Amino acid sequence: MNQSTQSRETSADVNLLYTDVEDSLRDSVRSLLADRCPADRVIAAYDGDHDLGAELWPTLATDLGLAGLLVPEDMGGQGASAREAAVVLEELGRFAAPVPFLTSAVIATSIALRARETELVRKLAAGTATAALAVPFSSGAATFGSDVLRTEEDVLRGSVANVAGAHDADILFVPVPTEAGFEVHLVDVSEVTMTSVVSLDMTRRLADIEFMDAPCEVLIDATDGAAAVRDALELGAALLASEQVGVAEWCLESTVAYLKERRQFGRIVGGFQAIKHRLADLWVEVESARAAARYAAATAADGDPDRRVATSLAQAYCSGAAVHAAEECVQLHGGIGMTWEHPAHLYLKRAKADQLAFGTAEGHRATLAGLVDLQA
Amino acid sequence: MSDDEVADDLRRRVADLLAAHDPATTDRLEFLRARFDAGLAWVHYPEGLGGLGLPRAMQSVVDAELEKADAPDNEPRRIGIGLGMAAPTILAFGTDEQKKRFLRPLWTGEEVWCQLFSEPGAGSDLAALATRAVRDGDTWVVNGQKVWTSVAHKARWAILVARSDPDQPKHAGMTYFVCDMTDPGIDVRPLRQITGEAEFNEVFLTDVRIPDENRLGAVGDGWRVAMGTLMNERVAIGGGSAPRESGMIGVVADTWRKRPEVRTPGTHDRLMRLWVEAEVARLTGKRLQQKLASGEPGPEGSAMKLVFARLSQELSGLELELLGEEGLRYSDWTMTRPEIVEFTGRDAGYRYLRAKGNSIEGGTSEVLRNIIAERVLGLPPEHRDDKDVPWKDLPR
Repeated sequence: MNQSTQSRETSADVNLLYTDVEDSLRDSVRSLLADRCPADRVIAAYDGDHDLGAELWPTLATDLGLAGLLVPEDMGGQGASAREAAVVLEELGRFAAPVPFLTSAVIATSIALRARETELVRKLAAGTATAALAVPFSSGAATFGSDVLRTEEDVLRGSVANVAGAHDADILFVPVPTEAGFEVHLVDVSEVTMTSVVSLDMTRRLADIEFMDAPCEVLIDATDGAAAVRDALELGAALLASEQVGVAEWCLESTVAYLKERRQFGRIVGGFQAIKHRLADLWVEVESARAAARYAAATAADGDPDRRVATSLAQAYCSGAAVHAAEECVQLHGGIGMTWEHPAHLYLKRAKADQLAFGTAEGHRATLAGLVDLQA
Repeated sequence: MSDDEVADDLRRRVADLLAAHDPATTDRLEFLRARFDAGLAWVHYPEGLGGLGLPRAMQSVVDAELEKADAPDNEPRRIGIGLGMAAPTILAFGTDEQKKRFLRPLWTGEEVWCQLFSEPGAGSDLAALATRAVRDGDTWVVNGQKVWTSVAHKARWAILVARSDPDQPKHAGMTYFVCDMTDPGIDVRPLRQITGEAEFNEVFLTDVRIPDENRLGAVGDGWRVAMGTLMNERVAIGGGSAPRESGMIGVVADTWRKRPEVRTPGTHDRLMRLWVEAEVARLTGKRLQQKLASGEPGPEGSAMKLVFARLSQELSGLELELLGEEGLRYSDWTMTRPEIVEFTGRDAGYRYLRAKGNSIEGGTSEVLRNIIAERVLGLPPEHRDDKDVPWKDLPR
């Protein structure tokens, strides 16, 4: 059997629904966010007030144990899988919550686990440390690179732009190219210069990082560094799809609810067929995105051989679906959708920034073309 | 019993069937009847009616074993309307006698079924139908005209909706029947379509007599029964758990792989976008099927059909463009009456033209969007003047 035929086979028994455990995790996350993550405080981030994230993350990380969700129980975590993490991300997407779950608890933690650094993993799981992978947020697994170099004195020199989750992090994991391949180094944030970026999405702030002879420590050597970063970014891409589903779902639900109330020309606006058909199409798109995101999460959880196809498929579809839902949300809310006060813009900005994260849809389609033997 | 134990039990039952009726030496029909009687026809049907009352998903265990043994199947594509529409309706609304009489020969394919629903004046607005059924003692006398009836010329039976009480509002005065297609009052005429062939028929009914025992459901309850049938149809058209690259995307992907000379950057971009959409649609259908594993089809089936129609049309259009000069030629405009309709069959030109029907048959895409908007999203229904007026007083 050649490789292209293999990659066209899919796993027949993957459960694309939500399990009871996943539903109950969703309920806890949703009720906490409904209580603690009001839209007006999320919007405040755009005016420079970042207190909400600083209050919210410790509660989510430790009270709900989300920092250690993917960490095995014998290392102080919850021992859950990518499926549960995906459900958490759906909820974080629904609230555009400004917390570093994806960047620290998913991506960086997967690297710490890969490095078998038990103490580090325990700290991350306990929420006493937060980490970020120092690559641009746009980095895809297929194309990531780094300009940060290790000097002869064993310090790091170079810079990385647009790093997500760095503001919340105490520790950075830095991919460093060497002649033998990529190493991954651990650097304390106190050793770097971090400059806040005015980000399109201020609910996931980006930072530019400069390494000026920063002391470092090898976490993963050149034999596995590139693969570790690639797998972490792939996991991030696979699970970002669920955040995108959450964003899209909020946009659809809030638009439908509004249009059931809003009257113009003496009628409920949601009764006009031109509107109904747009919303029906959007519902189909959101449910399709959900199926794609569930497949990506399930195959990531099982280490399924089809997971790379599933990940690129989910990104190629869900990134556009979230943007479309957010754009429809703004348009169908009419004037109120264009205001600073209404939360629609939170989702539009999150969706558009997410679309550029971990590789573009076009990049993922190119990856797929290779995986399923449909080369240009 | 766990799923594994159920699967083992099914394999044992298949082995017993094969031992008692060796497919190599048994007459095809005899084998199919024995399979039905062993409960291995459709395992989710009740015992005694070709099934074992198991989850629908367990059927794949039986099918895999029988395929290994090279056993004959019931040619499901030849009897799709019977399997996908008539059978679930009979199961849900039929009497015990009707189930016993009809389901076995339906499943084995001895008796082909067709569907007499749409009329020239009742397309999307099926409830406007005007074919009359008038009671005459223990029989009903039916007069009218039906259209878009596939395999009517081969069919032994039809599922039929007719107006039994014109004084009632349109949705209330209908009754659902099983109609004998050999009745002398049935006249079937081919209806030629844009592909050149006549896959469908017009059916004229003149004083067709239907015994009351062939009524499905209560008098006046025809709309509810018909809705059950149509939900199943939409699931049958759009749903399913086909493997990756089934259907139109598979055809176009094969062309792409085999014909490097047709590739351009623009068509590659379109192909990959459609590949993504087709694969996501497949997963969405699979997710829907997991959701419905034990329940009834709901309005979600409409979503699958909507996507399926759009993708088939876009993909078949792309294929013609990929083929270039070849796309300018058509295989054959001769009028034929095909027994099996394959959306992905024949040549690219045929597929392109046939796909145009996908957004019309079994509910137009426009009607399906209304269904999703109203029943799933709870948006206000369309304004209508015909709801509480007796059918006979409606403008026509």
